[in-house]
Amino acid sequence: MTAAFVMAAAQGLLALFLAPGVVGLIRWLKARLQNRRGAPAWQPYRELRKLFQKEIVVSRNASWLFHLAPFVVFASTLMVAVLVPVLAAPLPVDRIGDLLVVVYLLLLGTFFLALAGLDPGSAFGGMGASREVTVAALAEPTLALAIFALARGAGSTNLGEIAARTMADPLSAVSPGHLLAFAALFIVMLAETGRLPVDNPATHLELTMIHEAMILEYSGRYLALIEWASALKLLVFFVLLGNLFVPWGLATALTPGAVATAAGALALKLGVLAVAVAVLETRVAKLRLFRVPELLSASFVLALLAVTSSFLLR
Amino acid sequence: MAPELLLLALSVANYAVGALAALIFRGMVGRALVAVGALVGSLGTLALGAWCLATGATLAFAAPWLPLTGLALRADGLSAFFLVVVGLGGAAASVYGFGYSAHYDGRYSLRLLGAMFNVLLLSLAIQVLADNALTFLVTWEAMSLSAYLLVLVEHDQHGTVRAANWYLAVTHAGFAALVAAFLVLAGGDMTGSFAAMRSATLPPATRNVVFLLALVGFGTKAGVIPLHVWLPMAHPVAPSHVSALLSGVVIKMGVYGLMRVALDLLGGGPPWWGGVVLGLGAVSALLGVLYALMEHDLKRLLAYHSVENVGIILLGVGAGLMFQSYGLPGLATLGFIAGLYHTLNHACFKGLLFLGAGSVLYATHTRNMEQLGGLISRMPRTAACFLVGAAAISALPPLNGFASEWLVFQTLMGGALVPHPEAAIGMAIAVAMLALTSGLAVACFVKAFGITFLALPRSAEAERAREVPTSMQVGMLVLVGMCVALGLTPFLVVPVLSRALAGLGGLPVTPIGFSLRLPFSVSGVTGEMSPLLVGVGVLLLGTLTAVVLRGVADRRLRIGDTWGCGRVGQTPRMEYTATAFAEPLRRVFAELYRPTEDLSIDFHPKSKYFVRSIAYRSEVEPWFERLLYTPLLSALRGAAVRVRQVQAGSLHLYLAYMTIALLALLVVARWSR
Repeated sequence: MTAAFVMAAAQGLLALFLAPGVVGLIRWLKARLQNRRGAPAWQPYRELRKLFQKEIVVSRNASWLFHLAPFVVFASTLMVAVLVPVLAAPLPVDRIGDLLVVVYLLLLGTFFLALAGLDPGSAFGGMGASREVTVAALAEPTLALAIFALARGAGSTNLGEIAARTMADPLSAVSPGHLLAFAALFIVMLAETGRLPVDNPATHLELTMIHEAMILEYSGRYLALIEWASALKLLVFFVLLGNLFVPWGLATALTPGAVATAAGALALKLGVLAVAVAVLETRVAKLRLFRVPELLSASFVLALLAVTSSFLLR
Repeated sequence: MAPELLLLALSVANYAVGALAALIFRGMVGRALVAVGALVGSLGTLALGAWCLATGATLAFAAPWLPLTGLALRADGLSAFFLVVVGLGGAAASVYGFGYSAHYDGRYSLRLLGAMFNVLLLSLAIQVLADNALTFLVTWEAMSLSAYLLVLVEHDQHGTVRAANWYLAVTHAGFAALVAAFLVLAGGDMTGSFAAMRSATLPPATRNVVFLLALVGFGTKAGVIPLHVWLPMAHPVAPSHVSALLSGVVIKMGVYGLMRVALDLLGGGPPWWGGVVLGLGAVSALLGVLYALMEHDLKRLLAYHSVENVGIILLGVGAGLMFQSYGLPGLATLGFIAGLYHTLNHACFKGLLFLGAGSVLYATHTRNMEQLGGLISRMPRTAACFLVGAAAISALPPLNGFASEWLVFQTLMGGALVPHPEAAIGMAIAVAMLALTSGLAVACFVKAFGITFLALPRSAEAERAREVPTSMQVGMLVLVGMCVALGLTPFLVVPVLSRALAGLGGLPVTPIGFSLRLPFSVSGVTGEMSPLLVGVGVLLLGTLTAVVLRGVADRRLRIGDTWGCGRVGQTPRMEYTATAFAEPLRRVFAELYRPTEDLSIDFHPKSKYFVRSIAYRSEVEPWFERLLYTPLLSALRGAAVRVRQVQAGSLHLYLAYMTIALLALLVVARWSR
């Protein structure tokens, strides 16, 4: 039991320290795909270190909420990282929070970040906050239906149980319901983590911006916490996509061998997803803001089909 | 005397004292006595409910000697639960009301306010205890009329009288439906007990009629779309502590009534009953929040959220009814528990939010969000309380809105077990609608809190705002405590709720588990979570981060200007407005809103690049009024014109009518014998 809790904490920490690397990897891959040399994959770690060593400038109009928000965002995202099965499943922490808790904890972070965007009273922050919550709200139904499709297969919203059920029944991983839900969740991942074609993580200079505009007033250690939390959010989505839909490799017993295999499998899955995102971001252009709902409704239809097919094909 | 009768007597006596004190005493003394009467009465109600839930005691009291009332009271689990809701909402509102009604002194009738406030609480408490149709209907009408008079308190304000008239008309249409429902159900004998109705066997068609009538009657009270039009008009114009009571407690009587009639008296019905309730719930939830998003009047926004939350409650209740008729009692219990849990939670956070909005109104004299801003530094305690309420209603963990919405989600996911694909897919769509609703609620409350409390004040009134008196803060703090407590302890609340449902409509006395987490032992559905541990976890991780940062990171902090693209000197005009904040969603749902826009720009005569003034107006088309109510109203008006020909004002004609009516009745009486 103790070992299991240590494992949960360890995988939370692993996720935390791996997250900037995944972002760096995507950036490096994108650079290579675009015939640039690109910064090394560990560049985000350097950026975080730099930010932690800088002084912060806070607007004179900002309230205590502005100081609180980075901690809420960071802590809630880290809590999510503890809950999701990064290396091993099922773990006793599965019983603390299920998939719905994961989704709503991430929403808690969005809520505080959007408020902090409004707090200094700049038009950029307000615009970013307004768009961020719009995208987050429109992504919710897809997320819920994808959860429904997964939970319908496993008979539970419990993360460990979903992974275990797919492992026990390998054929279910290629069922149409599963595949459609995967596609839907992938699109939602792009929207929720502010990747192309929904948002452009590489710039905060365009008027099309969403996430980067919202956090424009942040600097120094606060910005570091927020950047780290968004990297962690991306990693959490990768882990959900990788370990709930293709759970093989997850350690089911806490032996050194199994955990080592799980680490290898995790690296492989993260690598594949990073390549997918990098290729996609190189291939597609950013959508106009008011075309984003169309993309999200497409993902919603996919999720609905996933649920429907799981009823019709049983 | 049994303790439950003692508590009942205590609370009735205190409400009565409070009401009388309002009529006799004036000023500070009057307000204090009103508040004390309502507070002690509410605490008595709360204690009575809690006592009945804890011990399983059932109160039974009949007073056939009271003429014309046929008063009969009985408390079972469901009544006890709603007594708790009434007591909780009433207690917080009465403490708050003491401070809040101070600025009514000399402007509006404190007598009316104080007396009717107590009468409303009294009729609510008796209402949920009613054990026969007559008692139920009489207290129902007392509740509606006292609420009507409370809505009318600020009678000289724009729109108040119109709102009150709408409320009166719609609520009486609903009342007519209820009278009809109970007449059919009781077989004409209005003093027949509920027990007799439970055991009566009615033909299916009659049962359907009763259900539909009850749905219309209770739906108008609960503010279910499309019967909701009065709610966003009437709730905002009432004094704020009354708004809290109306939105937090009074509309829940619709839920109580629906559960009492459909589940208890009729004992459940065919699946389409649940399906209709579920559908109405889903539509109300989604449209409620969508209309709330377009509101920039803080209290109207909250009123639309009441429509939304009633929708969420009905999702739980409707799913429960459906599962019951499909023979899945475990899931049915879960659905009803989810509905009741959300009822209690909504009473807390919506009460809190209305009290918070009332504080803003008290301090700034405006409900228009575009005139507010910057209140977080001027009214820090109100802001903190409102923030908790906003997070709770947005279903963010670990607060109470999340606990109950999680249960609703789990219930609906149980729909996968229903052997009929149409029901199962319907529930999947309800899951998606609920998810969209809660996402939009987050957007709406970022707007409501962000525009009202953050950034720079947008008007002189907001600039001058000061923190509200202590009694008002206490009223809000009580509810903040409840939002946190109910959110962290679903493992305590759920077993109590399952006891409240025991025995209703043939539901099994399901022992729903009791542990640190919130599991449920319903076959086929599992899901576990512990808001307590999640909350502790987030708190620990946040503290840990802060501690580590103090050691590792740079600690310098400089105060500077907000970035204004090089422009120096930030003014409130540079801020985002509520309209702008909601603009992306208004575009996305343009088909629903059909917005009309009106933009007029006054350019400088020399150059088009200099704007002297700019005016923008946008309105959302009120669909329901146009498509449903305008035809209805014109039909009614037409009928009224025709009736007026009969009522021509001639005394001779009236005497002739009376004679004819008398003769006709005599003939009928003779003939029917």
